Amino acid sequence: MSITYLEAIREAQAKLLRDDERVFIYGQDVGGNFGGAFKATKGLAKEFPGRVLNTPISEDAIVGTAIGAAIQGMRPIVEMQFADFSSIALNQILNHAGTHYWRTGVPVPITVRLPSGGTKGSGPFHSQSMESIYAHYPGLIVMTPATVEDAYTMLIEAVAIEDPVIYCEHKYLYYHLKADKLPDKSLPTGRARIAREGRDLTIVSYSAMMQESLAAADELAREGLEVEVIDLRTVKPLDTDTVLASVARTGRLLCVGESFPWGGATAEVIACVTSQGFHLLDASPQRLNAKDTPIPYHPNLWSAHRPNAKNIVAKARQLLRE
Amino acid sequence: MLQTAQRTVKSKKKKAAPPHGRFLEAFRWMLLTRTLEEKLVSLYRGGLITGGVYIGKGQEAVSVACGLFLQKGDIFAPLIRDQAGRSAFGEPLIDVTRTYLGSRLGPMRGRDGNIHRGHPRKNELAMISHLGAMISVTVGTLLAKRFKGEKNFVGLACIGEGGMQTGSFHEGMNIAAVEQVPLVVVATNNHYAYSTANDREFACHDLVDRAIGYGFEGYSLDGTDLGACLDVIGSAVKRARAGRPPQLVVASVLRLSGHGEHDDASYVTEEIKQQPFARDCLKVAEQTITNLNLVDAETLTEWRKDAVAQVEEAIAAAQKEPAPEADKEDWCAFSRRDLADHADET
Repeated sequence: MSITYLEAIREAQAKLLRDDERVFIYGQDVGGNFGGAFKATKGLAKEFPGRVLNTPISEDAIVGTAIGAAIQGMRPIVEMQFADFSSIALNQILNHAGTHYWRTGVPVPITVRLPSGGTKGSGPFHSQSMESIYAHYPGLIVMTPATVEDAYTMLIEAVAIEDPVIYCEHKYLYYHLKADKLPDKSLPTGRARIAREGRDLTIVSYSAMMQESLAAADELAREGLEVEVIDLRTVKPLDTDTVLASVARTGRLLCVGESFPWGGATAEVIACVTSQGFHLLDASPQRLNAKDTPIPYHPNLWSAHRPNAKNIVAKARQLLRE
Repeated sequence: MLQTAQRTVKSKKKKAAPPHGRFLEAFRWMLLTRTLEEKLVSLYRGGLITGGVYIGKGQEAVSVACGLFLQKGDIFAPLIRDQAGRSAFGEPLIDVTRTYLGSRLGPMRGRDGNIHRGHPRKNELAMISHLGAMISVTVGTLLAKRFKGEKNFVGLACIGEGGMQTGSFHEGMNIAAVEQVPLVVVATNNHYAYSTANDREFACHDLVDRAIGYGFEGYSLDGTDLGACLDVIGSAVKRARAGRPPQLVVASVLRLSGHGEHDDASYVTEEIKQQPFARDCLKVAEQTITNLNLVDAETLTEWRKDAVAQVEEAIAAAQKEPAPEADKEDWCAFSRRDLADHADET
């Protein structure tokens, strides 16, 4: 048996609907025979009648409705058709879901699935990675699964968590990643994973860039360089302990993310390491992000816009020379 | 459109039937609200309230009707000028004074203030400042009740004509109708969005005309007439509870205060102050009571004294209570404390 990252997301939702009557799925085109723009809910409306509901193109109201239902004890899963469109729902997510527990003592257990990141030809409005915006605001857990196994277990965990969870699933990984089977258990939420051990350099990454970083580590291994790759799994909370422990072993840090460069998850990791572990560093920490322009349409431009294994290798070599 | 029948009083000595069965009860909530809010204003001017004070002067009749017909299990999403409705719904006065005076024991514990308070577990939602946002949230609460198999419930969400111009409001109204939830939206056109008058807020002939576009049933209302407010809003709640489509009530009043107490409302024109909708609904209701001889003058005086006593008690109690202390505060925005982010710790 082989299961893709996308199928893992569908299977997690099927399990959640089966096991917990409080769960329902709410979003554009998720219901009927269609099953979502990417088919992440395919067949679920038929299997769970009345619990997988199509909505109008109203991102603000979709999340607002989910918040109200969660306050009343339900466990809604919202599918944004593309992460980019969640900008319309920012107010409900940041100002409503994110503040509610702090203000009132009543948590808002919503899960918002964001099909994130770039694929060829998708252009400026169907390619964005929004994790840094959500992580910036208080009260939101931000998950960024990079493997089939995590896509499955972290979605189940997201729905179990009482607080709002932004679940960033990467569209490029939907069909490109496969696993033999789905796991029963995983690391706890908020714990990073050492995806590959090494002694010369630490690469901290998440989501699709973690896979690019692993490919870069393979390439560097051929040159005798041992790179440690850390998969953050959640960018908030950020597992600084695992990152610092790795930097203590390697003395060098490269952070790789697909979102825009100004601020963001990679900047946060570097800020943490330099403020808490400056003495551990043998060279200036570096980072790679997308370019500071909107995301281009043409594959020639797009492939140069975001980090990839080739420029991760180049950056790592440069860092190892210092 | 519904209107309260004009009643003529032949004899002031003879008691007449009130314009609505709950007229006097509603009047007392209005009186309590006016008394409370006048006191809050004086505390604010005396520097005893931090932040702002936002009152519902002139809107009490609409607001009280919003809270009065809701039952146990119903959802109420009040907005800025809904003290009367909150009280009628069951919010104790001490919640108000604790929140305004920053008591650690209040529902918001000093973390949020003034009109942002609420008790979500008791079905009184805690508004955010971003107008229109509460409509879809109320829809969600009703959807949840339907999922859970509850029956005979309604939700009522308040909005102003200012908030009606947001995208969030539009999305919320549309999704309410799509979901066919038992929702009543009461929109109070108080003729100013902060300082901006209706002519720069919207260009449609009448806001209630939007009801049909959303798939709501719409009703207009003279918000200065308590009897009409009780009739129209009470009927809308009844219709929603009976399974009719979502209900939109648009009430016309004039905001008889600034946006907040920091605002002298100097932009309100003399011309608009002469309009019929500029009447003070509390005075109109009191005049009705006197004209119809519904209660005698001594009783009215007793009610006033009782309102003052309740307000003073709630303020005195909150003033004795501890303020939040930064070094004892739980600075964690997650209910899952183990997931608190420590990235900023050095």
